[in-house]
Amino acid sequence: MTIDLKTVKHISKLSRISIDDNKAKKLSDDLNSIFKFIEKLNELDTKEIEPLTSIAETNLKLRKDEIKSKNIREDILKNSPEDNKDFFVVPKVVE
Amino acid sequence: MSNITDLKLFDLVEKIKKKDLSSKEVTEAFIQRSQKSKKLNTYITENFEDALKNAKKFDDKPDFNKKLPGIPLAVKDLFCTNNIRTTAGSKILENFIPTYESTVTQNILNEGGIIIGKLNCDEFAMGSSNETSYFGNVQNPISENLVPGGSSGGSSSSLAAKLTPATIGTDTGGSIRQPASFTGTVGLKPTYGSCSRYGIVAFASSLDQAGPMTQDVKDCALLFQVMSSYDNKDSTSVEFNRGNYLKDLNDNIKGKKIGIPKQYRVDGMPKEIDELWDKGIKIIESNGGEIVEISLPNTNYALPAYYIVAPAEASSNLARYDGVKYGFRSKGINLIDMYEKTRSEGFGDEVKRRIMIGTYVLSSGYYDAYYLKAQKVRRLIKNDFDEAYKKVDAILTPSTPSSAFKIGEKTNDPVSMYLNDIFTVPINLAGLPAISIPAGHDNKGYPLGLQIIGKAFNEQNILNIAYSIEKNINFKNNINDWWIN
Repeated sequence: MTIDLKTVKHISKLSRISIDDNKAKKLSDDLNSIFKFIEKLNELDTKEIEPLTSIAETNLKLRKDEIKSKNIREDILKNSPEDNKDFFVVPKVVE
Repeated sequence: MSNITDLKLFDLVEKIKKKDLSSKEVTEAFIQRSQKSKKLNTYITENFEDALKNAKKFDDKPDFNKKLPGIPLAVKDLFCTNNIRTTAGSKILENFIPTYESTVTQNILNEGGIIIGKLNCDEFAMGSSNETSYFGNVQNPISENLVPGGSSGGSSSSLAAKLTPATIGTDTGGSIRQPASFTGTVGLKPTYGSCSRYGIVAFASSLDQAGPMTQDVKDCALLFQVMSSYDNKDSTSVEFNRGNYLKDLNDNIKGKKIGIPKQYRVDGMPKEIDELWDKGIKIIESNGGEIVEISLPNTNYALPAYYIVAPAEASSNLARYDGVKYGFRSKGINLIDMYEKTRSEGFGDEVKRRIMIGTYVLSSGYYDAYYLKAQKVRRLIKNDFDEAYKKVDAILTPSTPSSAFKIGEKTNDPVSMYLNDIFTVPINLAGLPAISIPAGHDNKGYPLGLQIIGKAFNEQNILNIAYSIEKNINFKNNINDWWIN
C-alpha cells in the first residue's frame, strides 16, 4: 500500500492540520516508510486473538455524579486565546 | 564537606533531617549550578525565586517526618503544575499556565518537595532524543553534541549534570529508561496504574506512566514511594497495597529466577552491549539468582504495533488543541480555517506525523486492518510475558540497542529513530514495570544500561534485583563540567 499525495491531503483534512504542497511530498515519503515498517504485522495470523484494548481490563469504577469544583469560571477562561469574560470567542460560525 | 550537589537524594534527606543542611542551602546549591547550565538547555521554565521562598518557608517551620523535607526537584515539563507554565515542549502550549496540579507533583509537594523548574522534553513526549522540542534540543552532559535520549531528555541531562538531586519523567515507549541509559542514571517505569496520570499532558493514555529518575536504586525507591498512589481522578489508577519500597529494599536475590529472552540478541548490536548483558548475568548468578533462558516470540512485532496504538491514541488526545479554550491560536478566515492553521503552526513535524498516522489508522475502512490488528498483536505480546512469568520472577535485557548518538544523526529517518525503543516498547504494551540501571560504557566512553522487567505491581522485586546488580557493578559516570558557563 502506498500513501499518495491525495491520501496525505485527505488525512490532513481529517486531522484539521493544513499542509502545504512542498511539505506534503516529504510527509508522504515519511508515512510510506513508516507504514512499510508497520506492515510487518501482516506476517501474523491474529484471526482467533481477542484485541487488548487496555491493560487495566477491569470494569471502571462508578462514582456519584456530584459537583466538586465550584466558581471556577475565571480559572477555566484564564488560558483562553480570546474570551469576553463569560464565553470563549471564536470566529463567526453562523451567518 | 563535598559539594552539596554531589550528594544523592537519600543523603540530602538525611542531612536535612539531622539539620546538617537547611533546605535553603540545598535549594540554593542546585539553583546556582542550574544557572550555569544554559549550554545544556535543560530548563524550559525556571522557578528559582519561588523555590527559594518555599525553601525558606520550610526552614522556618520544618517537618522532618516528610519523605522529601525541603528537597528541591526539577520536573519534566509534561506535568501540569499550578501557576507554573507547562508547555509539553510544544509551541501550542507555550503560554499555558495550569490552574491545577498533577497528582504526582502534588504528592511530591505534600512530602515537602520544592519545584525548582520545568524540564525540556520532546514535544508531547514524542521522540527519543529530545530533538522534537519546540524549545530546542538538549545536550547530554557526557559529551558535547550528544543527545540525552528522549522524551525525558531534559530530565536525564539535568540529573546527570547534578542540576537536580532527582527528577521525574514519563514513559510511553521508553521515555524514562532510554534517557536514563544514555546518561548513566537510573530510571523506573512503573506498572500501568501505579502512578496517577491526572494532570500529565496525555500522549497515549493506555501506555503513559510517570516514574522516578535518580542517581541510584535507593534514591529510586525513595522517590517512587512518594509518586505512587491510588487516585480517583485517574480512572485507570489501581488500588492496591503499595508497601514501603525503600524500607523493603534489599540485595538478597537468592533463589530468584531471572529470564534471558533470546529474541533480544538482535543483529548489529554493539558487542559491548552483549558483554554487558553477560556481565549482568554473571553477577546475578554469583549473587545466588538462577538464570533461565526464555522466549518472547512476538518481540519483533512490538514496535510496529506500538506505532499504530500510540499514534492512534495521540491523534485522539491531541484533538483538544484547537485554539479555542487554551493554547496558541492562529488567525483564520473562518472556524475550520482557524483550527487548521492553529494546528499546522502550533505542532512540530513529528507530532503532526504521528497525529496523521493515528488519524489514518482510525479512519473509516482502515480501522480493522491497522488499529484492531495492532490491539490483537498487543495481546500476543502480553501473552508472551504471561507465559514467561510462569517460569521466572523477572527478566534481564539491555535497555537500548546502542549508546547515545550525535545530535542530528537520526532526525531525517523516523524509522531508525523509532528502533531506539525496541527493548523498551514491549514493556509498555504489556503494562509491566521495568527499571534501567547504568552498567558500563561502550568504547567511546558513553554509558550503557541494563533493564530489569518485572511482574505487574511487583516493583519491589525489580528494585531489589537492580540494587543487587548495582552493588557489584561499581558504575562511575565520566562527566566533567565542560558545559558550565
